[in-house]
Amino acid sequence: MSETQHLSYDVLNSLKDIMEDDFVLLIDTFIQDSQSRLQTLQQLVGGNDRDSIRIDSIRRDAHSFKGSCSNLGALRLASFCAVLESKALNKNVDDLGVDLAEIKEEFFIVRKMMLDFIA
Amino acid sequence: MNDLRSLKILVADDTDADRLILETIVRKEGHQVFSAKNGLEAVAIFQQQHPDIVLLDALMPEMDGFDAARQIKQLAGDELVPIIFLTSLQDTQSLVHCLDAGGDDFLSKPYNRVILKAKIKSFNRMRDLHRTMITQRDQLSQHHQRLLQEQAVAKQVFDNVAHSGCLNASNVRYFLSSLAVFNGDVVVAAIRPNGNMMVLLGDFTGHGLPAAIGAMPLASTFYGMVHKGFSMSDVLREINKKLKAILPIGLFCCATMIDFNFRRKRIKVWNGGLPAGMIHHKADGSVTPMRSTHLPLGVLPEKSFKDDFQFYDVSEGDRIFMWSDGIHESRSPDGDMFGEERLLEVFAQNREPETVFEEVLAKVKHFIGSGEQDDDLSMIEIRMDSPESLVHPNHYFIHKQQVSPVEWELRFEVKPTSFKSFDPLPFLLNVLTEEPDLRGFSGSLYTILAELYSNALEHGVLGLSGNLKKTPEGFAEYYAQREKLLDDITDGFVHIYFAYSANIDAGSLTLRVEDSGAGFDFNAHQGKAISTTGYSGRGIGIVEKLCRSVRYYGSGNKVEVVFVWINDD
Repeated sequence: MSETQHLSYDVLNSLKDIMEDDFVLLIDTFIQDSQSRLQTLQQLVGGNDRDSIRIDSIRRDAHSFKGSCSNLGALRLASFCAVLESKALNKNVDDLGVDLAEIKEEFFIVRKMMLDFIA
Repeated sequence: MNDLRSLKILVADDTDADRLILETIVRKEGHQVFSAKNGLEAVAIFQQQHPDIVLLDALMPEMDGFDAARQIKQLAGDELVPIIFLTSLQDTQSLVHCLDAGGDDFLSKPYNRVILKAKIKSFNRMRDLHRTMITQRDQLSQHHQRLLQEQAVAKQVFDNVAHSGCLNASNVRYFLSSLAVFNGDVVVAAIRPNGNMMVLLGDFTGHGLPAAIGAMPLASTFYGMVHKGFSMSDVLREINKKLKAILPIGLFCCATMIDFNFRRKRIKVWNGGLPAGMIHHKADGSVTPMRSTHLPLGVLPEKSFKDDFQFYDVSEGDRIFMWSDGIHESRSPDGDMFGEERLLEVFAQNREPETVFEEVLAKVKHFIGSGEQDDDLSMIEIRMDSPESLVHPNHYFIHKQQVSPVEWELRFEVKPTSFKSFDPLPFLLNVLTEEPDLRGFSGSLYTILAELYSNALEHGVLGLSGNLKKTPEGFAEYYAQREKLLDDITDGFVHIYFAYSANIDAGSLTLRVEDSGAGFDFNAHQGKAISTTGYSGRGIGIVEKLCRSVRYYGSGNKVEVVFVWINDD
């Protein structure tokens, strides 16, 4: 049951009120953050062994990413992260690659919408 | 609206975007922000900046939020530094983990400005409250220290007052805890000139200094009077009078006072309001209680005060116990009171009278167990000994007095220049009542002296006739004549002579008054009934009743009376 909303403009607008001149900085920071996080996740998920430390790292990163997505109003993206986090918590490593691909795809959409918003 | 003062807030989150949002929100609320990217940085910044509130992300690299929280709480020490965990963790276990690590609250993502503001305000209130509490706790601790010091001082002062007594006599054993003293318990004991020992155990109402302060006048009155030979009634009356005067309404002193007569093996007991003391009989181990039959000291006005006693005959070796209610009211950890039954049990089970004292104390302490209270116990044991075996530093004069009588004579002359203005009676009475045995008879002695002196002066020296005093008009005439004669008199005398002889059991005081007048025909008056009605003539009748004998001699200008008494305690 995923959220259908890619990006909540309510959230973005209230963030804009708070951040004022730093709003653009915030969007940029989020995009940078997310990109490097996705890279890390790619490495972790790509690894073949069922190393429990690796699985725990996936869980933590997914959890973190979920948090910052929700802060920025990227609700659908946040829910995908939640799925990944949950699977990692249950030590379920099947098809993690698929989940990650889904997350990447959603991120591209969100990124475009954000950049349009600040343009 | 009441604006919060600007606080120092530490924000720790490893996600840059999230941290940025939080920093901005907090800054916009008017506070000063410090940022950290991980747990290590958070702890370091905390040490440097001492923020008022800490916002901590739960999951961070290097050191996560939990460890950072633990360290920060430890560094904060006594101070309350609220830690709010930033988390989108929702499962109960994780949230509990946050609290266990020292977290005080959570703030979930996405961050809500209004909620954060409310939490900051609420925690700041808590911080202020906490700070007040710590200050008051420290003040309380200081007060408590002072209180302990005061207790020690009170005990010291009390010991100094008490040292003039005989609590360290060979047949006395006592236990008085510091707390008991500070809560108004007092024990005083002294030896009377006639060899009796008087002991008073008192328990002032209340606690602390207000209770203990009554012990001072009580002790100084007691020691002052007992050493001078005043009787137990006198001492009790005086203490009651003093306490009634100085203590506020509702405060009083429950007390037991006992006079020990070692020669007669008899004790005199006055108990006002304390639990019954016990006489432990050596012969069969039985106990006789000495119950309270009076109101405590400091309650009744002088005229209503009752000083009657209970007398008990005891044997050598019997032990007499007195205590305050500390023993009876000791509580076990369950809340039970020790009570009189348990006390009687100790006596019933005892096999060696010598050890009853310790056994009572041991049983009470065992009963209290590990209870919170310090012991508030007062107890004294006096053994009925023979007078010879009594050992006490102040005791040297006792033996002598028992055997040989004390005798002295005193001569006094009133000269003409003194007749008008000098009343020798208070002066002479003062001297007489320095003699402890005579103190109880000061009223009678005054009556006798007054009658004999006025007769000697008015009928003897001035030559006035008593007949004038039979009518009211005559009275006025009499005193007018008296005034005139006193103004004019230039010669004459009144001699007064006392001879005192007394031993431990009884005594006599011989009083002779001689005047320079012509005298009268006393033989003619003999046998006639003395009129006790009318305004004059009754004086000698009373003197005759008070004295063993009344005898005139010389030309009737000399009179000798003999006043006797028996020392019956």
